[in-house]
Amino acid sequence: MATASDARDKNWFIDKFFQSLMFVCGISAIVFVVGIFLFVFKEGLGFIVNDMNVAEFFFSPKWRPTSLHHPTYGILAMVAGTAAVTILAMAICLPFSIGAAIFIAEFATGKTREILKILIEFLAAIPSVVWGFIALSIMNPFIITAFDVPMGLGVLNSALILALMAAPIVTSIAEDAFKAVPDTYREAAEALGATRWQTIRKVVLPAAKNGLLSAGLLGVGRGFGETMAILMASGHSINIPTSVFDSFRALTATIAAELGETAVGSPHYQSLFAIGIFLFFITFLINMTADFIVRGVKKG
Amino acid sequence: MFEATSINHRNDQVQLRYKIVFGTMLVILIIPVVIIMFTLISKGSHAMSWSFLFEDPKNGMTAGGIFPAIFGTIWLVVVSLLASVPLGVAAAIYLSEYAPDNLLTRLINLATINLAGVPSIVHALFGVGAFVVFFKFGTSILAASLTLAIMTLPVVIVSSWESLQSVPRAFREACWNMGATRWQTIWHVVLPNAFTGILTGVILQVSRAAGETAPIMFTGAAMFLPFLPNSVFDQTMALALHLFVVATQVPDVPESLPFGVALVLVGIVLIMNTVAIWIRMHLRGKKKW
Repeated sequence: MATASDARDKNWFIDKFFQSLMFVCGISAIVFVVGIFLFVFKEGLGFIVNDMNVAEFFFSPKWRPTSLHHPTYGILAMVAGTAAVTILAMAICLPFSIGAAIFIAEFATGKTREILKILIEFLAAIPSVVWGFIALSIMNPFIITAFDVPMGLGVLNSALILALMAAPIVTSIAEDAFKAVPDTYREAAEALGATRWQTIRKVVLPAAKNGLLSAGLLGVGRGFGETMAILMASGHSINIPTSVFDSFRALTATIAAELGETAVGSPHYQSLFAIGIFLFFITFLINMTADFIVRGVKKG
Repeated sequence: MFEATSINHRNDQVQLRYKIVFGTMLVILIIPVVIIMFTLISKGSHAMSWSFLFEDPKNGMTAGGIFPAIFGTIWLVVVSLLASVPLGVAAAIYLSEYAPDNLLTRLINLATINLAGVPSIVHALFGVGAFVVFFKFGTSILAASLTLAIMTLPVVIVSSWESLQSVPRAFREACWNMGATRWQTIWHVVLPNAFTGILTGVILQVSRAAGETAPIMFTGAAMFLPFLPNSVFDQTMALALHLFVVATQVPDVPESLPFGVALVLVGIVLIMNTVAIWIRMHLRGKKKW
């Protein structure tokens, strides 16, 4: 009799132990997000307190952290470049991705759909450094000959690469959004005599609107956060781009290119972490908004 | 008997037209990638040989093989898996089996989404600030792998959660009715049934981790090392960084060399994905519920 209850006690303790262990691991995602913010903030704090001039940081296009007499830390040109590329990339990527998603979700059936989804998954798996290499070795000469310009690295190249990179992600999120529209909607529309295109345009698209919006937002988040591909495709010179062939420099690429050359703890090193904090907040906002939009639909 | 009227014909035509329009959009997305893959293969295959895969780089990385980079990538991926798989699967178990529908669970989900959305270079900054500087691991495989582990954690959590959720609730209820505790149920019934699904997620994570460059650049991967790493406290070369280096940093590289590196990298990633997809299809065929 004693053994039976002992065994039960032991099992009870094991059960409680693992429950607590799973809980600790469960909250790890929160710990890491907070940890990322704290550690990046901690390294950048010295710059924010001592060297940062808020107006200069956000509104000066001059990023000269290594200047001996008067270093300036302005990220305006980089924000402008990143924004321009992201907008152009989305303008290229969104129509095609949503069109592709409509085809996969509404027109393709059975095997075709399976194969297309696998293909999209493959595209999403290509590493960003490979895209960067493609920008350098394939896109660059292509743009030079196609548009007769001296250099093929810059806004257009980056936007094309980014559009190709974001396309599989946007397509699969958009497809999820279409799939989330209940089939009864489509059946009701078809019972009223609507063609499939009428059903898509008048019923499915409006119902999937929020999902599509959040797909676009996640694409924008990807654009702001992309590092290696943009580092290699942008030409990496600091100026506010005025044409699609202009070279520019991205926030992410600046960190990637300069972090290795700075001394730990120097203002330059810390300023790169300040850019990191800025990037963290931008992507945080974009992701939260995208999630909120989708959540809003599910509740409504 | 139903006879198609002119309106039916018109509708069919409209439908076909839009099917073609959207199909073309999809094809336009895929064509550039096919061209790119074709170029990678045609130019990279010149560099491909046994000695390319199994020899050290020579003459300032302008010749020779890429073995240290492949070897280093394996180190980085294995160490990062050791950290992220137990943690990620446990987190998924909590979310799927224990978590009540409350604010904390909502926060965990938000944090997971955010962790996946944080730019890779910010993960790199975190790796430098936390592992290299604060925990004093220095630039080492350990620091780089932990950075990779945190970055790829959402992949494991989400895919493991999905496979745990696909185990029918009746399995758990049957087990509880036999007097098993929650943990016994998870360990003996839920996990074995979700195993293949979790494995698929892990393989996809390998493919993701092998291709990442930014998070390892400043935390443990070196442009060139004349020796192979011996422990997790050594630096290492890595395939993804090697591609960046030979494509941008080294002068006078023969054209086929970076194409060869890119081909090997894409090859590894796509093989991993194919294996994952194959397991998933196999699994779908076998499932009886």
